[in-house]
Amino acid sequence: MTLPLSAAAIMAVGLAWELARPRLRASLPGRARALVSRWVGRAAPATVEDPGRERRAELRARQLLRSCVNEEEWAMYRDLGFLSVPGAASTCAYLVYPHRPIVAYAPGTGSVLNEYCVAFPDETRPYGSARLPDADDVLAKWMALSADERRVIAEANMHLPGRQVDVRRVRKDLVRLARWERARAAGSVRAA
Amino acid sequence: MRLLRLKPGHGEVVLAEGDVADPEQAAALVAAFRAELDAGMWAAVPTERGDGRRAAEMVRSFEEVPPDAERVIFFPRAAGGAQSPDGAA
Repeated sequence: MTLPLSAAAIMAVGLAWELARPRLRASLPGRARALVSRWVGRAAPATVEDPGRERRAELRARQLLRSCVNEEEWAMYRDLGFLSVPGAASTCAYLVYPHRPIVAYAPGTGSVLNEYCVAFPDETRPYGSARLPDADDVLAKWMALSADERRVIAEANMHLPGRQVDVRRVRKDLVRLARWERARAAGSVRAA
Repeated sequence: MRLLRLKPGHGEVVLAEGDVADPEQAAALVAAFRAELDAGMWAAVPTERGDGRRAAEMVRSFEEVPPDAERVIFFPRAAGGAQSPDGAA
């Protein structure tokens, strides 16, 4: 009898604390709020409630990506939202999406081969998150693939197509990519 | 040479910057480089191949960094991802 009552009491206290915490923090002056935030193991609101921070981070990340990849690859990411990175073997290439698995496909046939689930978590969580900005995640995958494809593939969890990225979406993206490459080639021919 | 690190919620930050020809600055670069590797980061040097295509080269020590490299980019090491609630890897 005592045990269930104790468990219920602990749960009630925990629930009440969770409900009261945001209101308590909001009602405190800045210094006290920071102390409470530190006490409850969360970053101070001043460091997490900045709606422009993620956007600024993404803009910075896009500039860095642009400075590292080829002009064509940058245009691809800007226009399509992903990169196509050739593999060491000409029979394989990769679609690199931000915060999605790397998708291997056969450039000749358009067949979707595998998904390689890989992440670059920063466990120091310097700004409260372990997730890189989208363009930084793409850059990390691009650098790792272009430098050491086998190492990245070895670190990743391999799955059959469709586990996390819808195969229909991948096929659509491959069609968009082919169309984009044709338009770009036609544009460069016209420009020449 | 500049040592950059990709950071969540921020984009890249400059960890160290200096001239590798200057012994004092080179020592600071080496120290910053080692600290990042010790923290488990991967290091890559953006390069340009002979055909003009850009690529990257992974380096495991400061000695492997080409002397004319302008940047070394550190990023968290790859790990097999798990599916998050929104489906992201």
